[in-house]
Amino acid sequence: MTSTTQQPVAGSARRAAAWLDHHARVRLGLLLAGPVGWLVVAYLGSLVVLFVNSLWTRDAFTGLVIRELTPDNFLDMVSNPLYRNVTLRTVGMAIVVTLTCAVIAFPIAYYMARVASPRVRGLLTVAVLMPLWASYLVKAYTWRLILSNDGVLNWLLAPLGLRGPGLGESVVGLWLVFTYLWLPYMILPLYAGLERIPASLLEASSDLGGKGWTTFRRVIFPLVVPALVAGSIFTFSLTLGDYIAPSLITTTQFIGNLIYLNFGVPDLPFAAALSLVPLVIVVLYLLVARRLGAFEAL
Amino acid sequence: MKQRRFLGLLVGAAMVAAACGTGATPSPTFNLPTAVGEGEGELTVLAWPGYAENGSTDETVDWVTPFEDATGCKVTVQVFGTSDEAFSLFSTNPTKYDIVSASGDASLRLVRAGYVQPVNVDLVPSYADIFPALKDKPYNTVDGVHYGIPHGRGSNLLMWRTDEVTPAPTSWTEMFDPASPYAGKVSVYDAPIYIADAAVVLMSTKPELGITNPYALDDTQFAATVDLLKAQKPAIGQYWVDYTKQMEAFRAGDAVVGTTWQVITYLLQAEDPPVAVDVVKPEEGATGWSDTWMVNSKTTHPNCAYKWLDHIVSPEVNAQIASWFGEAPGNSKACALTEADQANCDFFHAADDAFWQDVWYWQTPEAKCVDGRIDKTCKSFDDWVKAWTEIKG
Repeated sequence: MTSTTQQPVAGSARRAAAWLDHHARVRLGLLLAGPVGWLVVAYLGSLVVLFVNSLWTRDAFTGLVIRELTPDNFLDMVSNPLYRNVTLRTVGMAIVVTLTCAVIAFPIAYYMARVASPRVRGLLTVAVLMPLWASYLVKAYTWRLILSNDGVLNWLLAPLGLRGPGLGESVVGLWLVFTYLWLPYMILPLYAGLERIPASLLEASSDLGGKGWTTFRRVIFPLVVPALVAGSIFTFSLTLGDYIAPSLITTTQFIGNLIYLNFGVPDLPFAAALSLVPLVIVVLYLLVARRLGAFEAL
Repeated sequence: MKQRRFLGLLVGAAMVAAACGTGATPSPTFNLPTAVGEGEGELTVLAWPGYAENGSTDETVDWVTPFEDATGCKVTVQVFGTSDEAFSLFSTNPTKYDIVSASGDASLRLVRAGYVQPVNVDLVPSYADIFPALKDKPYNTVDGVHYGIPHGRGSNLLMWRTDEVTPAPTSWTEMFDPASPYAGKVSVYDAPIYIADAAVVLMSTKPELGITNPYALDDTQFAATVDLLKAQKPAIGQYWVDYTKQMEAFRAGDAVVGTTWQVITYLLQAEDPPVAVDVVKPEEGATGWSDTWMVNSKTTHPNCAYKWLDHIVSPEVNAQIASWFGEAPGNSKACALTEADQANCDFFHAADDAFWQDVWYWQTPEAKCVDGRIDKTCKSFDDWVKAWTEIKG
């Protein structure tokens, strides 16, 4: 120990270390500077740029951005019923997809967490994760083939005299696609949540005369709500922001399609203003989710 | 309003550091190049699908590799699906693309935004052989300054599945009737400029509206056009931008009638087994395009760019593109090379100016009516974009 202190380099390093040891806040600051800098500059910074952009306007002919502050984009958005309708449609789709995912995911997650043998559980986990290994685009295009006029779905339904929703104006097909795409994001948090419930609680419920349904309603469900909300954050926000699946599956527009169109025109300020709509909705959603304890279940 | 214009606005962090410039059109004192020197070794081309084929679509279809071999300019090709997409790519990457094939609804915007530079047509020997009907047009020449080399022209067409649709359609109205047996299987081009297609229909079905140019629509005419498109909405089974998506829809029977480009029909007919499709230029006339090869004002590969201009409108290559894409070539000598080329030129009326009277080349609508009316204000492209989002609901 004493020999190393005589070397000047090691000595200064040691002094710095000693100094940092006495200044815990500086130490913490240095450690966090990188990640926090990334978060603030790249992440929040780009949101600020987005917001500032939404207050600019553009030349109607060339699309070049004119940096003059104006609330016009927001006034347009509020005064035109189109944007309200599309927003409501998108939020509605996000809610329906989330509920559907929850209903389908619950029995699967419950079986995985509490019934299946370890071997089956492993297989099921792989089965749930497997679709995530394929590209989102491949899956969306595959659904085009399934829903198409002479696709698998119509072939299956034909003997019953029924037809699938097709790829036109109907959003039913899109609902199926979103539910399929985001289901794993609901199953995994639910599985984790259900697995955390101690078996003793279920036994206690049973000892006190609780039948299966009562136990579910009064013990399991309240305990699993945070996990359910945690999963819903994914299904809800992923549906809210998507534009590729809607453009592939239906002719009906969602918020993402409007942003994409305005980005392509290009009317970047208006696209930026529209982008703030799902952003605000998701922030509100997260505030509610936090109250429901979802962040502890993530 | 004080028009301060800023070039090179990028998304994300680059936006913060965006370079700023003033003035829209380059000054008339722009120094035209006077000679084409050695190539710079590379060239990035932004082109309509089918315009810059390098053998990756069909290995026998390749006029990019010979160019690379002859000039040493390694070519990178990016394709786009709409003029808006091309303009957007150009404006968000101001230095990326050296050269672009611009239709009339992009070219003037590119010029006014200062994204493309004047071209010395004397350095492009083939320019002399371009059909006079394509030269000195408002979408390629501004105040006597040439901003590119005309490439060729074509008409948007009505395609149908011959095994599903009888009798063969002759009118666009087939696509606008929500009560037609083909409702729900109509394939429509997904861009605000498609509004002009509906205006072309109204020019013959509602002459009392007095539409003389589908890109010059005043309030009443525009409202009628938008109404027609809103009524059409339930009949639409597909909006397409990516031509492969339209091909897929016709192949699967999800679309049986739609607006298309000749090249798409060719590709479907050439499949194994062939898809039973045919096309027609409907009796009302049609929208279409007259394209121009333009050079980026910030290009660092001007020599390769000029070599490309001469290569792409040379009779041989121009003829190849014209027959591959299915359009009329811009170079008059492209017709006489072979019998097949002559047949293609006859089929697409390359030299028949009368044929083009009812083909309305894409152009950007402006508040100052492009048909020359001064007693009315027309809807500008801005309004077209807003209306298009409303039509789609």
